[in-house]
Amino acid sequence: MRKAPPRFPKGRFYVVMKDRNGEGAWSQDLLPAQGPRARGDGELRERLVEMRGIRKSFPGVQASDGIGLTLARGEVLALLGENGAGKSTLMNILAGLYRPDAGEIHIRGERVRIESPRDAAALGIGMVHQNFMLVDSMTVAENVVLGQRGLPFVPDLRAVKRRILELSARYNLSVDPEAYIWQLSVGEQQRVEILKLLYREADILILDEPTAVLTPQESEELSAVVHRMRGEGKAAIFITHKMEEVMTFSDRVMVLRRGRVVAEKTTADTDPKELARLMVGREVLFRVEKAPFTPGEPVLELRGVSATDDRGLPALRGISLSCRAGEILGIAGVAGNGQRELAEVVTGLRAAKEGLVSINCVETTNASPLSIIRRGVAHIPQDRNQVGAVGDMSVAANLAMKGYRSRPLSSGGIIRPSRFRDLARRLIELFKIATPSTETRIKFLSGGNIQKAILAREIGACGSLLVAVYPSRGLDIGATEAVRNELVAERDKGRAVLLVSEDIDELLSVADTIAVLFEGRVMGVFPAAEADAERIGALMAGMEEGGKRT
Amino acid sequence: MNIHFEKRKSLSRTALVLVPLASLAASLVLTGIILILSGADPFATYRAMFRGAFGSFRAFTETLVKAIPLTLTGLGVSVAFRLKFWNIGAEGQLTVAGVAAAAIALFLSPFLPAWALLPAAVIAGALAGAVWAGIPALLKTGLKVDETLVTLMLNYVAILFSEYLYYGPWRDPKGYGFPGTAPFPEAAWLPRIAGRAHAGLWVALALALFLWLLLARTRWGFELSIIGNSPRAARYQGIAVERNIVLAVLLSGALSGLAGAFEVTGISHRLQQGLSIGYGYTAIIVAWMSQLNPLAIPFVALLMAALLVGGDQVQMAMGLPAAMGFVMQGMILFPMLAGSLFTEYRLKIARA
Ligand SMILES: Nc1ncnc2c1ncn2[C@@H]1O[C@H](COP(=O)(O)OP(=O)(O)OP(=O)(O)O)[C@@H](O)[C@H]1O
Ligand SMILES: [Mg+2]
Repeated sequence: MRKAPPRFPKGRFYVVMKDRNGEGAWSQDLLPAQGPRARGDGELRERLVEMRGIRKSFPGVQASDGIGLTLARGEVLALLGENGAGKSTLMNILAGLYRPDAGEIHIRGERVRIESPRDAAALGIGMVHQNFMLVDSMTVAENVVLGQRGLPFVPDLRAVKRRILELSARYNLSVDPEAYIWQLSVGEQQRVEILKLLYREADILILDEPTAVLTPQESEELSAVVHRMRGEGKAAIFITHKMEEVMTFSDRVMVLRRGRVVAEKTTADTDPKELARLMVGREVLFRVEKAPFTPGEPVLELRGVSATDDRGLPALRGISLSCRAGEILGIAGVAGNGQRELAEVVTGLRAAKEGLVSINCVETTNASPLSIIRRGVAHIPQDRNQVGAVGDMSVAANLAMKGYRSRPLSSGGIIRPSRFRDLARRLIELFKIATPSTETRIKFLSGGNIQKAILAREIGACGSLLVAVYPSRGLDIGATEAVRNELVAERDKGRAVLLVSEDIDELLSVADTIAVLFEGRVMGVFPAAEADAERIGALMAGMEEGGKRT
Repeated sequence: MNIHFEKRKSLSRTALVLVPLASLAASLVLTGIILILSGADPFATYRAMFRGAFGSFRAFTETLVKAIPLTLTGLGVSVAFRLKFWNIGAEGQLTVAGVAAAAIALFLSPFLPAWALLPAAVIAGALAGAVWAGIPALLKTGLKVDETLVTLMLNYVAILFSEYLYYGPWRDPKGYGFPGTAPFPEAAWLPRIAGRAHAGLWVALALALFLWLLLARTRWGFELSIIGNSPRAARYQGIAVERNIVLAVLLSGALSGLAGAFEVTGISHRLQQGLSIGYGYTAIIVAWMSQLNPLAIPFVALLMAALLVGGDQVQMAMGLPAAMGFVMQGMILFPMLAGSLFTEYRLKIARA
């Protein structure tokens, strides 16, 4: 048995880092260790990872309930399961962030104890988390070597950069080693996370919902990287909610439900329908029922709206759109083409530099967020952890954050906590939010359940317009189906829905009208019934209708 | 078997009460070691301290005298801390309030009816405290100037300004050169309830209850906790973040200001040297130890006051430095900070 190293040996410097939720603080070593890590080479065993009888409970939930998992060299295992099934928990155990209550872990046939991410790294295990863990104010190269063992006190960053360029060429992961993290898009940040693992020569890679934030092209690139690594004898565990990705990425699939393994299949022997059924425990209809499209008066109107992004660069360039009552206007486009800014301008969170915004025929250009909320506008924001929910407040408080200004949640400036709880119980029931109690701090819910809570609150507060930015991102198929049905229900109630999505199938099945955004411009607007995926795809890539690139 | 920490889902109520008590116990042990090292008998010292703080009616009222400003400044500091506005300027806010109250009491008595003099002085004090806190609040929300530095620096400005006044233009000509203003007219004296303890006690207790209700039960309190946890989320919910931070910090300054106004109108009846014995700094310990809970603050303030008064007594009775009271205060803070781990985390024992 390997003896776990002490967590903070003397005479070393550490940086303590936190992920974006402020959770999972861990420390990283800045000074060199002795030599290259010892590995049982020579006798390379087929089985890289074996987890047996892993159990882990959190107050009120059994997140892992006796899970066994194996991973062989050169294999890609897809981990599938509903929101809150315990996928991230299991992987965090393997990566040394959580310790299991019971169970054994064997790496290359040897029983090990993984007490910290450093232990995991020493064993060649690397994880890309659901929320990235990079230091914003440092460069790519600095982030890559941060926490590296065997690093001299003043690292030779030139050599590091060379190595990064080498790796990025080999795996086709283009990143500028000198760029600062805050300058990078989400997709680029993820490349940095992967480079970090490659740099460390990790051969057991864990990717927790890596594609949730990626554009379809970026997902394909990632798939190529994973295949290449597999060819080199590395192995990967891959979490996703998208069935097509399971089929294209993986060799084997394991399905979790409520902390238990409910099925294990060879990918070639299964199909998306079966997997969906195994995951949810019932048949999933990948179909949305809609009433006929009978649009009413325009609710949201934008005329020539321009705005800049956080760095002051133009993000919207003269957008004109209109969304009518009883209509779902789908905004298609590769992430980062102005979608977020569009939603923020509509909801008053970002100033419009030019143009007019009006809601129900009243001009609301640059009105305060509160006055826009008062006009019955609800908003499901892109950033659910920092903006949509307040992690350290209870589920009940988070659910009350739209309605607390008026009866029944408050009267005369006084809030009624018991009514907060009543509301929370109702919404938890209605939207099937998995939480131990109404008083649990919301950051302890799984990613998908946090999103469900935000959705429940916003839909409840919607009076005339619902702005939904990637509402089904990170949701399991059951929840995705539920979200789509909710959006359609809002439309059928006569509300206008602005739906930002990068999932073309979602737009085609849910939206009535589709507008494609590219570099802050509207490339085209057409009824969803007349659209096809190829045409949307071409417009998303900046091709004009004639087929030439702008 | 292995033991480790795990983050709690909700703050443990038991831990919220136990941690401060355990820190107190730990600090007694730690201070005991220091006492032994300096050649004193810790038990005798603690007994003397306790007797000094609670041993007689007079002693108890003296403890109350110190508990009142500690409660008020503790409340003030905790309001700001809840918004992650690190107001360490309660000392300065208290001092300018003393100056403002003195100005009213000294110079406005010919123009005001007698009954109005005291309320005017107290209100002026609270307003001055608010203004003094408002400066860093506006600098922070308007220009993103770090509030920690500004509030700290303004402490020195306030203290030196008050010294200038009672050494210079406001010095009592009949005061035999003693640094201080002339005594206030009696109309500006705050009534006393026992010994030197004054009616500010009732105000402080009422404000603690009021503040708790304000934070836990009102819409504004709910908005403040959203802002304190995540300003970006607050903005998204339509809450005017900057304005509310400024308002809450004004409230924070006003509370500390009340403490200063009560000190001059209730205790010294003049502005003089020694207006504050570091209440504004001890308030930070009070606020942390109460976990920013207004209902806990009066009790913690009483405890801290007892340490101060008891420390003085130890000096007289046992020949130990009075600073021993401060040493104990510091000693409480360390276990307290370590102990807050237990309110956020719990120990988990696992068999592996
Ligand atoms: N640090 C934690 N403290 C308390 N409970 C937790 C913690 N992490 C996870 N849980 C709970 O454990 C369960 C499993 O969560 P986990 O994050 O593993 O789900 P998941 O399968 O990754 O879901 P998703 O697809 O939504 O990301 C959930 O009920 C969650 O609320
Ligand atoms: Mg997860």
